[in-house]
Amino acid sequence: MTTGTQAPQTPQVPQHADTFANRLVGRIRLNGMMALAAPLLAILFAGLVTSLVLIITGHPPIDSLLAMVEFAGMPRTMVGIINLASAYYLSAMAVALGFRMNLFNIGVDGQYRLAALCAAAVGGAVTLPKPLHIALIILVAVLVGAAWAGIAGVLKARRGVSEVISTIMLNTIATGLGAWLLTSWAVPVAGSNNIGTKPIGESGQVPGISLIPGAPNQVFGLFLLAVLVGIGFHLLLNKTRFGFDLRSTGLSEPAAVASGVNVKKMIVIAMLISGGMAGLVGMPQLLGSSYSYGLDFPPGFGFTGIAIALIGRNNPIGVAFGALLWSFLDVSQNILNFEKVSPEIVTIMQGVIVLAVVIAYELVHRYRIVAEQRRVSRELSASARTEGAAA
Amino acid sequence: MDGITKRFPGVVANRDIHLSVSKGQIHAIVGENGAGKSTLMKILYGMQRPDEGEIRIDGTPVSFSTPGDAIAAGIGMVHQHFMLADNLTVLENVVLGSEPRRAGLALDFAAARKKIKGISAAYGLDVDPDVLVEEIGVGQRQRVEILKVLYRGARILILDEPTAVLVPHEVDELFENLHGLVREGITIIFISHHLDEVLKVADAITVIRRGTTVASVDPASVTARQLAELMVGSELPSPETRESTVTDVVALEVSGLTMAAEGGRLLLEDVAFTIHKGEVLGIAGVEGNGQAELVEAVMGIRAATGAITLAGTDITAWSTLRRREAGIGYIPEDRQRHGLLLEAPLWENRILGHNSGGIWIDRKGARADTERIVAQYDVRTPGIDVDAAALSGGNQQKLIVGREMSGDPVLLIAAHPTRGVDVGAQAAIWDHLRDARAAGLAVLLISADLDELIGLSDSLKVLLRGRIVADVDPANVTPEQLGSAMTGAGEEA
Repeated sequence: MTTGTQAPQTPQVPQHADTFANRLVGRIRLNGMMALAAPLLAILFAGLVTSLVLIITGHPPIDSLLAMVEFAGMPRTMVGIINLASAYYLSAMAVALGFRMNLFNIGVDGQYRLAALCAAAVGGAVTLPKPLHIALIILVAVLVGAAWAGIAGVLKARRGVSEVISTIMLNTIATGLGAWLLTSWAVPVAGSNNIGTKPIGESGQVPGISLIPGAPNQVFGLFLLAVLVGIGFHLLLNKTRFGFDLRSTGLSEPAAVASGVNVKKMIVIAMLISGGMAGLVGMPQLLGSSYSYGLDFPPGFGFTGIAIALIGRNNPIGVAFGALLWSFLDVSQNILNFEKVSPEIVTIMQGVIVLAVVIAYELVHRYRIVAEQRRVSRELSASARTEGAAA
Repeated sequence: MDGITKRFPGVVANRDIHLSVSKGQIHAIVGENGAGKSTLMKILYGMQRPDEGEIRIDGTPVSFSTPGDAIAAGIGMVHQHFMLADNLTVLENVVLGSEPRRAGLALDFAAARKKIKGISAAYGLDVDPDVLVEEIGVGQRQRVEILKVLYRGARILILDEPTAVLVPHEVDELFENLHGLVREGITIIFISHHLDEVLKVADAITVIRRGTTVASVDPASVTARQLAELMVGSELPSPETRESTVTDVVALEVSGLTMAAEGGRLLLEDVAFTIHKGEVLGIAGVEGNGQAELVEAVMGIRAATGAITLAGTDITAWSTLRRREAGIGYIPEDRQRHGLLLEAPLWENRILGHNSGGIWIDRKGARADTERIVAQYDVRTPGIDVDAAALSGGNQQKLIVGREMSGDPVLLIAAHPTRGVDVGAQAAIWDHLRDARAAGLAVLLISADLDELIGLSDSLKVLLRGRIVADVDPANVTPEQLGSAMTGAGEEA
C-alpha cells in the first residue's frame, strides 16, 4: 500500500546536536585513541609555538623548557603543583557540569570567592568537634556557592535571562558584596596591612598529607575532596537517571522535552550543583593553609577553570590532566626568572594550548564522524542486503 | 523566464524536476509537506546548489551559489516566517543590508523613503515606511517583506506558504496585492498546499510529489479534488480484510482541547475525540492545521485548555514525564530532533523517554532490551554501541518504534511513523502497529500519507485550521475524497 515507486529518504546528516559549539564543550564524545591524540598534538604544537617565541626573543628554547620540567620534578614543587591543581580541578569540574547541559557558568569565580568568605567567617565564629567543624565549613561553602549560582539558574528558567550575562554580573556583585562583608567581619591580620576573617580554629583545620616523599611541605588534605568530586561527577553523569536527563538536555533539548524532562527545573538544579561545586574551590586552600579569608585570597580560579574544562573536554579524567598541566605551567614558570626568561612566556603557552586543543578536537571529531559512518555502512553492506546510502 | 530543469540523483529530496514559469504569472507549486517544495525553492534562491540540472532566466543559464547571486538576478524570496526586526521602522527594515549611501558615508533615508513610497504606490501595497514593525499586523508585515524584495529589484518573487500565518480576510488582501504585482510585470512563484487558495489565485499550477514534478495543470480546468489526487497519488491501498479489534474500553478521551498562539490565533479549537483500546484513530489534515499542536498537547509538551483523560484518569494537569510513566508512548514527528540523541549510542537512546525508576540507570537492562529491539524490529546496525547518527533514517525510526512500544503502553501517539522511511521498513512498522493494536493498544495516528491513514485507522477524523471538521469511515473512503475533505474543498466523503 505505497503510492510512489521509490520511498523518499531524507539525508541523515546530524544537524542539531552536532554543532561546533557542542563539540567544543565536549557534549559530543571522542573515542579511544583519538581522544588522546588530540590533546597530545595540541600540547606538542603549543610547545613548538613557545619555542619559536623563545628563539625570536633570543633564549634557548630547549634549555628553558627543560628547566621548567626539572624544577617541576623537585618534591617541593610537585606539592605546590598538586595543591594548585586541586583548586583548578574543582573549578573546572564546576564549569564542566554546566557545559554538559549547555549552560555556560562563567560565574564560578564569584561563587567560590563568596563561598570561601562566608565559610571562613562561619568557621572562624564557631568551635565544634573536629569532623563536624570541617563538615559545617564545607557545607556553608557549598550552600553559598549553590545559592549564588542558583540566582542565575532561576533567572534563566523563569525569565529567560542568559546565564552568561547573569553570571558575569553576579561576579561583579560578588566582588562588591565580598568586600563589604569582609570589612564588616574582618579582623586585622597581625603583622601586615591585610585584613581577614577570624582564623578558623584547630578543630576546623584539615591536616596535610605527606604524599610526595622528601618534600618539606604537605599536600592539602582536601586534595582528596577534588578526587571525590571527580568520582562523584562521573557517577552522577554516567550512572544515574538524573545524569542521563542532564546529558540528554545538553545533547538535544527538544528530545529531552519530548522524553519528559522538565528543562526549566533541570536548569535550576544544574546551576545549583555547579555552584555547589564552585563553592568547594577555595576549601583546600582555606582549610589547609590560610585558615582565614583575607584580601590575599587567590582570585581568578573560576576563569582558569573554564580553560581547563575545555582542555579536558568536561571529562573528569581529562580535566584532571588539564588541571595538572595548567598548574605545572603556573608553578614552574617561577624558575624562568633564573633563566632570564620572562615568565609571561607561560601565559603564551597556555593560550596556545587552549586554542590548539579546540582546533585539534574539531579536526579529530570530523575525522571520527566520517569514519564511523563509513564503518557502519561497510559492516552493513558486508551482511548482504544494505539499506541505501543514507547512513 | 523560460524554463527550469533540475535533476538530482539518488535518494535526495528532489529528483528530475522540470518547472517552467511564464513571465507575469502567478505560478503555484503544490505538494504535500516533505514532497520537496522547499528544497526546490532553496535551490532557486541560491541557498542550496543543485547536483545536476540548470536554471535559466529569460533563456540565459544562471548559477547561484549564494542568495546574493539570486537577488542580483532578480529573484526574491518571502519566507514563511517573517524576518523583520520588530524594534526598527518599516523603512529601516527594508533598507537593512542594502542601505542607500549619500557621499559614501551617511545613510540616505530620504531617498529610501521616496523609493519605498514609490514601490508601495506602484503595486498598491499601502505600506507606511515610518511606523515600527512591532506596531503593524501580520498581513502588513507580509507586505513589508514583499516590499523588501521588490526594493532590491526583484522581478521574480518566491512566496513560501504565504497564507499559513494569515486569517481569511488577510488572505484575500494578499491575493489582491499579488494580482497587482503581476499586472506590473512581476512573476510570482507561490508555494502552498491549500488547494482552494491555489485554485483561486494561480495562473498555472505544478504538482510535486515525492521529490519530483508529476503534473502541470491549468487551474481553470482542474478541480480541487483532481488536484488532491495528483498531490497524494491515486493508487488505492491494498484492501485489507481484517478483524476489527476495537473494544468498548475507552483508552483516551479528549474534550474541548483549545490552544491559542501568541496574538490569539487559535491553533486548536474545541477538539474532542475518544480512542478505545485496540483502536487506531487517524487524524487526517494538511500539515500546519494543528496536528503537531494536538500531539504536543496530548503529550503535555505545550499547554492547552480542555480535558484529557487516560484510561479513566484525568491527566490534564500532568507533566510530560508523568504521562509517559502512565503509559503513553510517543513517536515524534521529527525523529532526529525530538526522538533521538544523535550523538549517543543506541543503548542510551533506548533509555530516552523511559528514564524512570530508581536513582541508577539500569545499564544492563537497557543494553539487553536494545539488543531485543534491534533483533525484533530488524534495526540494521553493527552493534548497540554505535551512535544513532550513524544509522539510516529507516533504522533510526525502527529503533524509536521499538522503544516506544516497549513497556506495554496504553496509548501510542504516532506522528508520521513512516515518513522518510524506505518501503521495507515502512511495511515492518505497519505490521508492528497492527500487532500492537490487536493486543489492545490504542493508537493516535497522525500522518500525511493518506494510504497509511486509510489502511491503518479504525476511524478517521479530519483536522482543518485547528478544528475537527469531518468524521470519515476509512472502510469506504478513497484518498481523493479524504484529500478533498482535508483541504476544505467542500464535498465530504
